[in-house]
Amino acid sequence: MTSSPIAPSTTADILSVEHLKKSFGAVEVLRDVTFSAQAGEFVCIVGPSGVGKTTLLRALAQLGPADSGRVVLDGRTVTAPPPEMAVVFQDYSRSLMPWSRVAGNVELPLHRSKLTRTERRARVEKALADVGLHDVSDRYPWQLSGGMQQRVAIARSLAYHPDVLIMDEPFASVDAQTRADLEDLMLDIRTRLGVTIVLVTHDIDEAVYLADKVIVLSGRPAAVTASVPVPLGENRDQISTKALPVFLELRAQIHEMIMRPGAPSDSAQSVRK
Amino acid sequence: MATLSPSVALRSTPVFSSPRLRIGSAKVAFIVVLLAAWQLAAASGNLGAVPEPTAVGAELVGLFLSGTVWAPLAITIASWALSFVLASVIGIVVGFPLGASRLAYRMSSFVLDFCRTIPALALVPLAVLMFGTSIQSTVLLASFGAVWAVLLQTIYGVRDIDPIARDTFRSYRVGRIDTAARLVLPTAAPYIATGLRLAAAICLLLTLSVQIVIAAPGIGQEIVVTSLGGSVSKMYAYIVLAGILGIAINAVFVALERASLSWHPSHRKVLP
Amino acid sequence: MTSRLSQVALGLIVPIILVTAWWFASASSTSFYFPPLASILSTFRELWLFDLVPVHVAPSLTAIGIGLMVSIVIGIAVGTLLGLSPFVGAMVSPVLQFLRYLPAVALLPLAIQLVGIGLEMRVLIIVLGAVWPILLNTMDGVRSMHPSIVDVARSTRVAPLDWIFRLVLPAASPQIFAGIRASLAVAIVLMVASELLGSSSGMGYFILESQRQFSLPEMWSGMILLGIIGYLLNVILSLIEHRVLAWHRLSRG
Repeated sequence: MTSSPIAPSTTADILSVEHLKKSFGAVEVLRDVTFSAQAGEFVCIVGPSGVGKTTLLRALAQLGPADSGRVVLDGRTVTAPPPEMAVVFQDYSRSLMPWSRVAGNVELPLHRSKLTRTERRARVEKALADVGLHDVSDRYPWQLSGGMQQRVAIARSLAYHPDVLIMDEPFASVDAQTRADLEDLMLDIRTRLGVTIVLVTHDIDEAVYLADKVIVLSGRPAAVTASVPVPLGENRDQISTKALPVFLELRAQIHEMIMRPGAPSDSAQSVRK
Repeated sequence: MATLSPSVALRSTPVFSSPRLRIGSAKVAFIVVLLAAWQLAAASGNLGAVPEPTAVGAELVGLFLSGTVWAPLAITIASWALSFVLASVIGIVVGFPLGASRLAYRMSSFVLDFCRTIPALALVPLAVLMFGTSIQSTVLLASFGAVWAVLLQTIYGVRDIDPIARDTFRSYRVGRIDTAARLVLPTAAPYIATGLRLAAAICLLLTLSVQIVIAAPGIGQEIVVTSLGGSVSKMYAYIVLAGILGIAINAVFVALERASLSWHPSHRKVLP
Repeated sequence: MTSRLSQVALGLIVPIILVTAWWFASASSTSFYFPPLASILSTFRELWLFDLVPVHVAPSLTAIGIGLMVSIVIGIAVGTLLGLSPFVGAMVSPVLQFLRYLPAVALLPLAIQLVGIGLEMRVLIIVLGAVWPILLNTMDGVRSMHPSIVDVARSTRVAPLDWIFRLVLPAASPQIFAGIRASLAVAIVLMVASELLGSSSGMGYFILESQRQFSLPEMWSGMILLGIIGYLLNVILSLIEHRVLAWHRLSRG
C-alpha cells in the first residue's frame, strides 16, 4: 500500500484543516498541519507521544486556537467551538461532572436547545442506548467503571447531534479489553449514525484498525508527514482484521513513518481517498 | 485505624462484645470519672475557688429557669449571626471575581495575605471610639476577622476548576451564567463550606472576645461581670454555656460541609 | 527571574495605591479619629524605632513565644501518645472536642482571677487556647500513619524513642503543621485579648491606653504595628513550615 502526498481537499469534505500553525512562546509545536475528512469518514491521527496531538486537537475544536491557518467545517471557517463538532477527552473523570448523575451529564449539551423536558429525556436515553448503556441514568459517573464512564462521555457527545466527533486518545486510560469494546463501539456509531470521526491516538494498531485514513503526525515541530488510506472495508473484527496481511503492512509502514519522518515510502503513487 | 504499638489491652467481658459499645461506654465512663474527681476535689476544698460541678450545673439550669440567660444568649447569637452573614456574603461576593480572574488574583494575593493576619482585636480601640461598647462594635470586629476565611476559601475554590472540565463546557458552548451555576459553583462549594465553618468559629471567638474585652452586651460580658463580683459558679456556668455554643455551631457547620461534599467520593481537595 | 519580579511587583500595586490614597485623603484631615497618615507615620518612627520596643513589643512577643512553645511541646507529646493508643484516644476524644471548641477567651476572666495579671496569666491563656489544634492534629496525624512505616520500624527493630522522633513525628508533620497554623491564629487573638483586658504592658495594653488618653496617632501607630507583627509571625511560620516540609511537597510532585 502506498501513502499519498497531502492532496488538496475536495468539495465532498465535511472537515478541512489547512496549514495550522501553533507556537507556545518561542516553542513552535505545530508547523503546518493540513488534512481533511469526508462525511462519514473515520480519520485517525497518529503520532508519537509529545508530538502535539492534543495541541492539534484543541486547535481543531477552537479551544486553544492556532496562530495561523484555518479550520473549515461544512464550508464555513470556524473561529469558536462550533455546534456541529463535539469533543471527547481522554480523562473522563475530569470531563464528567461528579456532582451530577449520568442523565444530568449527558444532558449538558442540550442546555441551550429549545427541547422540552420529555424531548431532552428521550435524547438522553437514546444517546445512552447508542453507546450500549442501560439503567445508568440515575447513577453517578464515579459509581461506574472506567469504560462505562467513557461511554457516558461519548453518549454526551452524541446527544449534541454533531456532524464531526473529535476524540483525544479516548481509550488510553482503560484496560485492553475495554479498549477493544470501545473501539468496536466507535466503528458501530460511525456506521449506524453516519458521524464523521477524527480520533487522535499514539497506538498504531488502534489507528489502523479504526481508520479509513490515517494521518501521520511527526517531527519537531509537528507536521503531517503522510496520509495513508486504509482499505479494510466497513466490517472489521478485532481478531480477523488484525491478522490480515494488509493490516500488518500498513502497521509496519506507519511505524516506520513515525520513526523516520520524511523518509519516502515504497512508491510515490498518489491514491486519493 | 492503624494497628500500632502495644495498644491498651482491654479484657473484654461478655457484655462488652462489640467494640463500638466498648468505646462508647469508655467515653462516657471517662467523662463520669472526670466529673467525679472534680466534684471530690472541689468538695474537699482542695481546688480553692473552683466550684463543684454540681454547683455549676445547678447554676446553669437556674439561669435557664429564671430566664436570666435569654437576653445575653440571644444577643450573643444575634451578634454572631449578623457578623457571620456579613462576613460570608462579602467573602463570597468578592471572592468569586478575584478567583475567576488570574490578574486580579495575582494583584490581590499579597494584600489578602496581609489583611488575613491582622489581629481583628487590634481594631478594638478604634471601634470603641466610633461605636462605643455596643453590638455594632462586636458585629463589625467579628466580621472583619472572619471575612478573610470565606474570601480566601472562595478564591481557592473558584481557582480549582479543572481545565478539562472547563474545556468541556466551552466545547459544548455552555454560556457564562450556566457555566457559573453548573461548573464554578459545584467546584467551589466544598471550599466555601470549609470557609463558612472557619468563619463561624472565628465569629464566635471574636464575638465573645469583644464582649469580654470591652464589656459589650452578651455572654462575654456576663462572664466578666460574674468574675468581678457575682457568684463563681455562675461564671463557670456561663463558660460552659460558651463551650456548648462552640460545639453546637461547629457541629452544624461540619454537617453542612459534609453535605456539600456528598458527591465527592475521593479524598477532599480542600486546603486546610 | 523576571517573572518572579513581576509577580512581586504586581502584588505591590494595590497596597501602594491604598497607602497613597490614605495619605492624600487624610492629609488635610481634621477628623479626630482619622489623623493624617503623615503624623501617624512620624509617631510610628518616634515610638517604635526602637524606643518602645522593649516596653511593649517584647512583652507581647515573649508571651506568645512562650505560649506557642509550651503549646507545641504539650500538644505534640500528648497528641502522639493519644495517637499511638487508639482506644485511649477515642475514649478521651469527646472531652478534647469540648475543650477545643470552647472559645478560650471565655477563660480569660477566670485566668485573671486565678493567676492575676502578668506574664504567667497571658502565657496560660494562650496555652489554654492554642494547645488543642496542635494536640488534635498530632493525634490525627499519628493515628493515620501509613501502616508500611510501622512495618519498617518493626522489621528493623528501631528503638522506641528513635522511632517516635525519626519516623512517627516526620510522618505526621504535615498535619502537625496544619495544627500549628491554626494555633498561631488563636494565640494571636488571645495575646491581644489578654493584653486588652488584664495587663500593664504589651501592644494590646498600649493601643487601649492610647485610646483612653485620646492619643490617636499613637493608637494608630500601635494598631499598624500589631498588624505587622501578626503578618510577620505568620510569615515566619510559613518559612519554617516550607523548610521542614520540603520533602513532603517534593514527594507529592
